[in-house]
Amino acid sequence: MKALTQKRRHPFAFVALLLLGLLLTGGLYAAATTVNEAQASNLPEGYSTEQVEEGERLFTANCATCHGMGADGTENGPSLVGAGAASVEFQVGTGRMPMQMHGPQAQEKPPQFNDEQTSQLAAYVASLGSGPAVPAEEYLDTDQGDASRGGELFRINCAMCHNAAAAGGALTEGKFAPSLDGVEPVHIYTAMSTGPQNMPVYNDANIPPEDKRDIIAFLKNDHFQSSPGGFSLGSLGPVSEGLLIWTLGLALLIGSMVWLTSRSS
Amino acid sequence: MSASKTTYTEADYLAVDEYEPKTSGGRIANYMDKRVAGTGMVREFGRKVFPDHWTFMFGEVALYSFIIVVLSGAFLTFWFDPSMATTRYDGSYAPLQGLEMSMAYATSLELSFDVRGGLFMRQLHHWGALLFVMAMAVHMLRVFFTGAFRKPRELNWVVGASLLLLGMGAGFTGYSLPDEVLSGNGLRIIDGMLKGLPVVGTYISFFLFGGEFPGSEIIPRLYSLHIFIIPALILVLIAVHLFLVVVHKHTQYPGPGRTERNVVGFPVGPVYAAKAGGFFFIVFGIMALISGTFQINALWNYGPYDPSPVQAGAQPDWYIGVFEGVLRLVPGTIGDLSLDWVIPTPWGGNTVAFPILLGILPVAVLFIGMFLWPWIEAWITGDRKERHLLDRPRNAPTRTAVGTAAVTFYMIMWGMGANDIIATHFSLSLNDITYWSRVLIFVGPVVAYILTKRICLALQRKDRETALHGHEAGVIEVSPDGGFHERHQRLSDHELWTLTSFEAPRPSGPRPNAKGKVTAVEKLRAGLNRMWFEERVAPVTREEYQQALEHDHHDEDGGLEAAGSSQGRITRGGD
Amino acid sequence: MAEQGNGESGAAVTGGEGGSESSAVDNPGLPPHRPRLADVDEKAAKRNERQVSVLFLISIIGTILSFIGYFVVGQTEGNLGDLRLQNTLLGVGTALAMLGIGLGVVHWAKTLMPDHEIVEDRKPLRTEEDRAEAEQIVTEVIDETQIKRRPLLRNTLIAAALIAPLPAVVMFRDLDRSDDFGPERMRHTLWDEGVRLVRDPTGTPIRASDLTIGSAMHVIPENLPEISSHGERIAEKAKAVVLLMRMNPDDFEHTSPGRENWTHEGIIAASKVCTHVGCPVALYERHTHHLLCPCHQSTFDAAREFKVIFGPAGRPLPQLPITVDAEGFLVARSDFTEPVGPTYWERGEA
Repeated sequence: MKALTQKRRHPFAFVALLLLGLLLTGGLYAAATTVNEAQASNLPEGYSTEQVEEGERLFTANCATCHGMGADGTENGPSLVGAGAASVEFQVGTGRMPMQMHGPQAQEKPPQFNDEQTSQLAAYVASLGSGPAVPAEEYLDTDQGDASRGGELFRINCAMCHNAAAAGGALTEGKFAPSLDGVEPVHIYTAMSTGPQNMPVYNDANIPPEDKRDIIAFLKNDHFQSSPGGFSLGSLGPVSEGLLIWTLGLALLIGSMVWLTSRSS
Repeated sequence: MSASKTTYTEADYLAVDEYEPKTSGGRIANYMDKRVAGTGMVREFGRKVFPDHWTFMFGEVALYSFIIVVLSGAFLTFWFDPSMATTRYDGSYAPLQGLEMSMAYATSLELSFDVRGGLFMRQLHHWGALLFVMAMAVHMLRVFFTGAFRKPRELNWVVGASLLLLGMGAGFTGYSLPDEVLSGNGLRIIDGMLKGLPVVGTYISFFLFGGEFPGSEIIPRLYSLHIFIIPALILVLIAVHLFLVVVHKHTQYPGPGRTERNVVGFPVGPVYAAKAGGFFFIVFGIMALISGTFQINALWNYGPYDPSPVQAGAQPDWYIGVFEGVLRLVPGTIGDLSLDWVIPTPWGGNTVAFPILLGILPVAVLFIGMFLWPWIEAWITGDRKERHLLDRPRNAPTRTAVGTAAVTFYMIMWGMGANDIIATHFSLSLNDITYWSRVLIFVGPVVAYILTKRICLALQRKDRETALHGHEAGVIEVSPDGGFHERHQRLSDHELWTLTSFEAPRPSGPRPNAKGKVTAVEKLRAGLNRMWFEERVAPVTREEYQQALEHDHHDEDGGLEAAGSSQGRITRGGD
Repeated sequence: MAEQGNGESGAAVTGGEGGSESSAVDNPGLPPHRPRLADVDEKAAKRNERQVSVLFLISIIGTILSFIGYFVVGQTEGNLGDLRLQNTLLGVGTALAMLGIGLGVVHWAKTLMPDHEIVEDRKPLRTEEDRAEAEQIVTEVIDETQIKRRPLLRNTLIAAALIAPLPAVVMFRDLDRSDDFGPERMRHTLWDEGVRLVRDPTGTPIRASDLTIGSAMHVIPENLPEISSHGERIAEKAKAVVLLMRMNPDDFEHTSPGRENWTHEGIIAASKVCTHVGCPVALYERHTHHLLCPCHQSTFDAAREFKVIFGPAGRPLPQLPITVDAEGFLVARSDFTEPVGPTYWERGEA
């Protein structure tokens, strides 16, 4: 304490203080301008400045209530810095965002934005910080994928939540893993790369893009999608089978029994 | 059957030897008869009478579905190889090509995709198995709720209950054979449950799996159980079951012309044989229709068994669902207290897995109760008579109530087995369903008991009302003083008999034993007996009916007898 | 009986003594037989005959349909649409074939065969004479064996009969022929100090940087594929499977003493084998840090050392201590410190 007061009276103290003040203001200014410049120069790959600007406008109008101005998050919604274009492609492209209401998890619904607006929003969020990008077309081309390998990966990494036939399943406290039937390849891919809701992230080090393509190829495989034995009963397994035998099966039997034992007129 | 003659003359023997049939059919019949003594069987069964009621046919469904399952299963054995040796799949199903898998799984896939009709037979076999157990379960419910298990049929009830358990065993061992991930995890649950049994559990698991789970022995062992040991036991018990049905003759519902001493129905030849035989084809047809149009156990989706993966919607077939459900229901920890209890011992302690034991307990109680029920009920009611006339369920309100309570108990555990599917399809929280079920498992059966008893008593009162005052004729009359009443039509004697010919005993108090003492057990019995019979609706007596008839005469109505609405009201009393 | 006379119709009578009441009427016997249309009208009978034969013809058509399914659709060779068609034709064909016969025969029985109900007396299950005679026989048979008079015979026979089945039971001992027989082997897995964590099923090693926050990875020990016997390999895999997750290190809510260095920069590893009955606990919710078992829904909290927060499991999932080796790959610090998987009797305190 004493040392400090002594030093304050030091002749150079004023100079030091002045220097510090100048440095701080200058530095702050410099930092602020470089942030602005960074936004302009750190243009995410594949997007134009106009898209970023248009995306920011859309974001401010539709998303900022929950995610905050500048997408730095509020109590109602997480920060999107570093969420990446893939997250926007998934969340907005499947209609999960903007969210209709708060619940255990965001529900899929018809998308509110068209493809163009979605990529504008994606461009804006991507510009905020690096994150998973929307995959290149080649990784969505199911013809190049290996369905057999994809099936193995699917069963190890995905089927525990999404069910062996990708029909979906329950999680804790009202959350659930949705059915993957009819989901666009790009959304399957971006779900893996971003881990929406409570889904774990399967980044490229865990499941490389080629492997993700294999998984998509498996899900889109004709054989996997068909049910050769007849109606699939929702692919829910033994529960729906048991239900069928106890309803339709029993009803047909009782009907025939009643007819068989009734008297002919 | 009962031989009136005990000694035979030479002429008797010669008569058989020298008999010459006149038609070609007769010659064949005679040839067989002389060698297998068919005459006796034809005499015994040719015109044997079987009562006819649709609820009596569930047992037949069980028998027929067993035949269907045996036939389709025999087909499957020609291709299926129950081996855990590994192979690389190169069959028709693209998403599995090139994968390493067991021969059991590979040949199951071969049966599904490359053997023509194999998929159909697999589905017929699996649907047939679901039907087999369901038919037995419904048959048992019918027997229970109509009181058909009572003396002299108690042992046949036990045979039937054993068949139900064996059917479940046959189903489970078969479910596991294809060696895919779904059934592999089912086996893993069995392994975990076995290990939870104190003292012997770990070793039972080792012996079953031939070492540590899953090893490479379990599929052939299950196969031996599935296609040989269990079906053989089922066949033997079916034979015993049917033999006893013949010995006892079938029960029948009460009704005009039916007594404890007779059987009313159609003779085997030709009507009953034609109906029963035709019904086999109908059951087969229904199963074929379902197997041709509804996919069952899409085992190609599950992938070859591997201990690492697991799949949402991991469920067993319906009849094992109750075990699955109760395991989900029992909490493993209460607050911070674990239900895995360690008993300290000098050698490092032993662990009791209460979450598993508490899970096995309710189902065990249910099944043991099922086996012992005929004796439990006879002990409570003190009924020692032979019973060939069935009870209408309403006329045995307490039994019916106990039955629905047990069914409710079962249904809650069963529903818990599907709680994840219920959660996703009704947008509920998995956890909430479980919390609720933990309450319902205690409350549900009690509510079901009370409700059922009330409903039965109410139905009995309605029967009484109908017997005393007749059917509502649907004609409203206005009396000169402006009152409205509906005409009632008297019942025929036949209808009246059906409604009034039942017993409603009163409670019997505790009886002293030979030493003149009333034991505590006897007091308990008397208490249960009071609970059983205390609330009763008496059948209409002759005097009551005569009174009601006299009352009608005052109304001067002739053919269409009327009873005013005020008299027709049900009055309550007694409680 | 007194209570019955008081005019309280429909009363639920409580208590009291007495037996069963006499019924309102005497048993009136079988109701009169109502003739069917076919009994009185030959035309109706003819019509029924035609209906039955049409059903039999439908059965023939069904059989033909099955043949079409089998031969015309033929070998499907990977065309699952054809397979479905074949399955449907076989099913519907068989159904028609069977239902045609079944419905036809029953219709025949119902409309054309006699429908008079027959009354048959129940024979007593046995007569008193039969019982006496049988009892006599049993007594004589027992007497003739002299088993009562010669207890030595009886006792030695009982002893012999009791132990004779034992060899048959003992012979099942070799159901498990493994060298390491006994529960002790359940305490060890393939994990050991320095064993690398590799991806399931590819077998590639993992760097810490391969996992981002929220990642989950299914992991096996690197020495697992070295086991050549399939049976041994999956038995070892059944104990050694591990789920690897990366969380924000700040999210760890509780770390017991001695476990401080079991995680690496927020990367935490748990046995995938449920402590309830052994299903793989593979469902990871990355925001709640809950691990859910899909079989019986035991839920474990990864932020609190896999403490049970819901469901039937009685113990936390065992945690695998991990670190990185010199090359930067994730390795185990040791084997699990307790047996993995379901509780068993010999498990004890460990």
